Amino acid sequence: MTKNLLTVKDLTMRFGGLLAVNGVNLEVGEKQIVSVIGPNGAGKTTVFNCVSGFYIPSSGSVMFQGKELRGKPGHLIAREGMVRTFQNVRLFKEMTVIENLLVAQHIHAEHNMLKGFFMTPGFKNREQELMDRAAHWLERVGLIEFANREAGNLAYGQQRRLEIARCMVTEPKLLMLDEPAAGLNPNETKALDELIVQLRDEQGISILLIEHDMGLVMGISDQIYVVNQGEPLAEGTPAEIQGNPEVIKAYLGEE
Amino acid sequence: MSRVTSAFVAALITLILGGFLLGLSLTSEGINLVVGPSTPGKITFLFVGVAIVFVLQYFREHVGRFTTHMRSDQRMELPSFLRSSQQQRIWTMFVIIGLLLFPFLSSRGAVDIATLTLIYVMLGLGLNVVVGLAGLLDLGYVGFYAVGAYTYALLNMYFGVSFWVALPIAGGLAALFGFLLGFPVLRLRGDYLAIVTLGFGEIIRILLNNWTDLTGGPNGIARIPKPTLFGLEFSRRPSEEGATTFHEFFGISYSSEYKVIFLYLMALLLVLLTVYVIRRLIRMPIGRAWEALREDEIACRALGLNPTMIKLGAFTIGASFAGFAGSFFAARQGFISPESFTFIESAIILAIVVLGGMGSQLGVILAAIAMTVLPELAREFDEYRMLLFGLMMVLMMIWRPQGLLPMKRPHMELKRD
Ligand SMILES: Nc1ncnc2c1ncn2[C@@H]1O[C@H](COP(=O)(O)OP(=O)(O)OP(=O)(O)O)[C@@H](O)[C@H]1O
Ligand SMILES: [Mg+2]
Repeated sequence: MTKNLLTVKDLTMRFGGLLAVNGVNLEVGEKQIVSVIGPNGAGKTTVFNCVSGFYIPSSGSVMFQGKELRGKPGHLIAREGMVRTFQNVRLFKEMTVIENLLVAQHIHAEHNMLKGFFMTPGFKNREQELMDRAAHWLERVGLIEFANREAGNLAYGQQRRLEIARCMVTEPKLLMLDEPAAGLNPNETKALDELIVQLRDEQGISILLIEHDMGLVMGISDQIYVVNQGEPLAEGTPAEIQGNPEVIKAYLGEE
Repeated sequence: MSRVTSAFVAALITLILGGFLLGLSLTSEGINLVVGPSTPGKITFLFVGVAIVFVLQYFREHVGRFTTHMRSDQRMELPSFLRSSQQQRIWTMFVIIGLLLFPFLSSRGAVDIATLTLIYVMLGLGLNVVVGLAGLLDLGYVGFYAVGAYTYALLNMYFGVSFWVALPIAGGLAALFGFLLGFPVLRLRGDYLAIVTLGFGEIIRILLNNWTDLTGGPNGIARIPKPTLFGLEFSRRPSEEGATTFHEFFGISYSSEYKVIFLYLMALLLVLLTVYVIRRLIRMPIGRAWEALREDEIACRALGLNPTMIKLGAFTIGASFAGFAGSFFAARQGFISPESFTFIESAIILAIVVLGGMGSQLGVILAAIAMTVLPELAREFDEYRMLLFGLMMVLMMIWRPQGLLPMKRPHMELKRD
């Protein structure tokens, strides 16, 4: 068995009287693509928010690389190497594409202000490194020709890809994508499919994916978790999930 | 409601409200206050106002069309000859040379006002970091200004510290206050932050007012020495045995103008430094982070940026500029009291930032000039100063909410060969 990168145990999130997530478990190994699926309002995004530090879970544990991260603030969790996207694109719309990627590398930037004021060679080199890494990832996601465009002016599919590139420049170990295929056309979805697999195989990172597009999920996932109304419903390989009568019922019941 | 009726109602409301304010006057007869009609001049004023409201309401649609036109109007942007960076540099050179020559060519009074303006420019630029760049509404900026001023005044009074030594200490101390205040409060959302900072400004002022043993309370601190030029004083006679004055050193006759010019040049130097430092800041990682934070704080957090620390950076840097400006103010005035640091000062500085266009340095500079020079030119209207000030802000919000010269941030470019 591969060593676990992320282990979520018994995660529970309560909003007043509403139990949005109840006893969810997740395991993500190294170099794995793991999906979380479930009907609308099942609590998938809430799980993401709890894991990535945007909500403090009511109970449960979030172990990442052997460290307990539950209750830590989001920016510290991101620095541990767990970076996420959002269900609705959250780019810095008035900044250019390349600037989006520079901001994302803020923690790697030169923070000594004196060096910045006097533009020392060290400062310039560091800025150049950030620029190079940004350019590299723009090339990877096919946005290099838009580098100096305002991010808000990109087409929707391009914005989605930029969001992934923006996560990747932080050099994460686990990339969490919340419905990355939503609103994409079939061609774009196929490109996304390839990109995600490449990230796992070439970059060696793990991906935790929330997605409604079953074609995408079944095609690339190593492991799938199903949540329904906040409760864990099933887990297994794509083949196991597709044959699980309870899952079929939950999905059919919804439709 | 037809156009005439709605215009009529609006005019009537103006008449009633304005009637109490302008139409009546209180006179004291013996020990009684008597309400009577006010002077004909004011009543004329009232009716002119009513007429204006009626006309504007009647032609409301036209006015609306005009204001939308103004809002999107591009004419107020930088003229094209200033857009290319090389030409910008040449023009900047010209302006700086002009500013350097200015005190030698104009009257003493003008130079004095210019120095005051430069202090406001510096305050505006400093607050601009906090409000315009980092997007934090700070209503107590004057508190840091007071810290800077009192730092020099007190250090000098008790320990005889000279201006040049006190200047960095004042900046540092104001920054420290900014840091200490910011640390707990920057987690608050916009409006709460505004209220807490407002309170801070008042606390500083009240503290200075009441800590009579240390600060002299409402009497303030007087006889604060002027800065020296490498130890040369600008007074007629040296303040102590062994000190040298400027005119003795150069063997010229004494003139109080040297001092005024010297103060002006110093203020100019401080402003130029401020402009340069902020220009660099915008192009540094922290400047990018401020912009990103203004756009989407949640996305920033998801990328590992710590919003509190980044805001704290802006708050501390902004405060330090107020500290520098404060100590210079103390040195120039020679006398300070808590009176100089009331809320209205914060409001004026904020107005400069808003008027200039949040984030835009050139805009802030122009606005600071407008806010200090115009009232000086229009002294006859002194009574109505606050009224005009309010009117101007309202008109700005309607016509150009983005300020006179909205910020055009320099974008980082990917250069490909
Ligand atoms: N901050 C919040 N406060 C109160 N209730 C919330 C909050 N966030 C989510 N919820 C509730 O929790 C439940 C789960 O929401 P969540 O967004 O996690 O679902 P989801 O599985 O991501 O759905 P979708 O597929 O539509 O994105 C919903 O009933 C939602 O209304
Ligand atoms: Mg969701």
